[in-house]
Amino acid sequence: MAEIKKANGLIDWLDQRLAVRSLTKVLMTEYWIPKNINFLWAMGVLLLVLFSMLFISGLFLLMYYKPDVNLAFDSVNYTIMTEVAYGWLWRNIHAVSASMVFLIIYIHMFVGIYYGSYKQGREMIWITGMLLFVLFSAEAFSGYMLPWGQMSYWAAVVITNLFGGIPFIGPDIVEWIRGDYSVADATLTRFFMLHVCLLPVLIMAVIAIHFYSLRIPHVNNAEGEKLDFEAEAQKYLEGKKKESKVIPFWPAFLSKDIFVIFVFLALFFYLACFNFNFALDPINFDPANNLKTPAHIYPEWYFLWSYEVLRGFFFSSSFGLAMFGLANVIFFILPFLDRSPVVAPAHKRPAFFAWFAVLLIDMIVLTIYGKLPPEGINVWIGCIASSVFIALFIILPLITKNEKAGGNQ
Amino acid sequence: MNKRRDFIGMALGGGAALGAAASLVAMKRTWDPLPNVVSAGFTTVDISSLQEGEMMTVEWRKKPVYILRMAKNDADAQNFLGKRNFQIGDAIYTIGIQVCTHLGCIPGYDANKKEFLCACHGGRFNSSGINAPGTPPPKPMTIPPFKILEDGKKILLGEAGEEYNQLSDKE
Repeated sequence: MAEIKKANGLIDWLDQRLAVRSLTKVLMTEYWIPKNINFLWAMGVLLLVLFSMLFISGLFLLMYYKPDVNLAFDSVNYTIMTEVAYGWLWRNIHAVSASMVFLIIYIHMFVGIYYGSYKQGREMIWITGMLLFVLFSAEAFSGYMLPWGQMSYWAAVVITNLFGGIPFIGPDIVEWIRGDYSVADATLTRFFMLHVCLLPVLIMAVIAIHFYSLRIPHVNNAEGEKLDFEAEAQKYLEGKKKESKVIPFWPAFLSKDIFVIFVFLALFFYLACFNFNFALDPINFDPANNLKTPAHIYPEWYFLWSYEVLRGFFFSSSFGLAMFGLANVIFFILPFLDRSPVVAPAHKRPAFFAWFAVLLIDMIVLTIYGKLPPEGINVWIGCIASSVFIALFIILPLITKNEKAGGNQ
Repeated sequence: MNKRRDFIGMALGGGAALGAAASLVAMKRTWDPLPNVVSAGFTTVDISSLQEGEMMTVEWRKKPVYILRMAKNDADAQNFLGKRNFQIGDAIYTIGIQVCTHLGCIPGYDANKKEFLCACHGGRFNSSGINAPGTPPPKPMTIPPFKILEDGKKILLGEAGEEYNQLSDKE
């Protein structure tokens, strides 16, 4: 039992019992961030804001949503959209955030790749980040089913059917996942559970691990410079703030991040209030019909690149399925495919820069062709772009192995 | 002393392992289709009004099943007789689950071209439900178990009858 004295205020009272002063130091005022970073390092905090908005808007939607095949569609499109005061706002915020969260995740990922923030001690940051990407993908897919429109239903049919590609037990797995011979009420209710409870809990847990994984290796910077964080922090604490290469997370770093958040929120609420249709597929305003397939089935924009890998290898659907599986996990081992010890922005690593540019362009091409119907020349472009995507990860170790260390350090 | 303590540790570990295994079984079983879903798998269809070259689609286990009375000028009617097509009197019928074997969309039937076309990814099947080479579907459409009733007036889906058992392309 610690010695408890008469407190001279609320903070002191709490500090004696919960050590709030040390906690604030550890998490905020003495958590050190390099000065040498730009606005691209604000994406993480932006994602936290978006996740919070998804969570809160989700809570309000959950009060009126009914997870039942006969009630779901109207509970969203009639009750929430027309009867609930501001229901339309919660839905638009939820839909637009779901779309934007993937845009920012992709920027966050490619910033990490560009600046080499996934290696030399930062592997766990990258791996937990990828785990979050997979969890967000599962969260997006399970949520997409809930309004029970045509696209909800047929996306669920196609995605659950993918498990049929597993050798021997495939068809049984599909029935087991669905809880029925086809996508039905049992499927809706279990995915509802995943979307509103299990996956959000897992996401929050992995976000905590993702934050913790930053503590030891610290945040990377725009030059890939190795900093002695203890020495630099010491300078800052001694009052040599100009000389020190680091700043505290709070208030210095977050103050600039908050500015970025507000710029983003201005754009976000313009979209949520005046231009929300990009996040809501028109086909999903038809109620689900298990006997009528829409003319074209395609996922939301953020899954198009991997969808194109799935169907790009048109000559063999099993091979396409295997490559689709590979494409979704290959990023996990990126830190181990890059054999170079150099941590530097891509523009200082010529071979890697070319690789990065090709990867970015290829993923944009895959995304465009994932939306187009597979006819004529599209089939071949999709096939070539899918092959390039897989090939990029095969050649990465070869082009990074001979990279000269130093020269830019 | 240590041996006795080891026993307590092992007993705890063993008990926990058993409990975890039992929990996994329970979780797996909870996700299984319900008994009423499994047992509600029988549908009777009246095919007596079906004209030559005409196709009907019925719902069975929430999936569409096509029944096609094949046209006289359809060469595939004879080609796949006994494999995927069967005879009732002098009419040849073919039957299948109208679900594309590529990714599960529903192909439409074009009576003029005598082929199924799947709008999702361009899969094609001939009138007997066999996938066209070079299109995405990896295998022919599945033939559901069926039984012919009342001298060929009706078909019962869900139960394997004699004609079904004689077909050679049941997977």
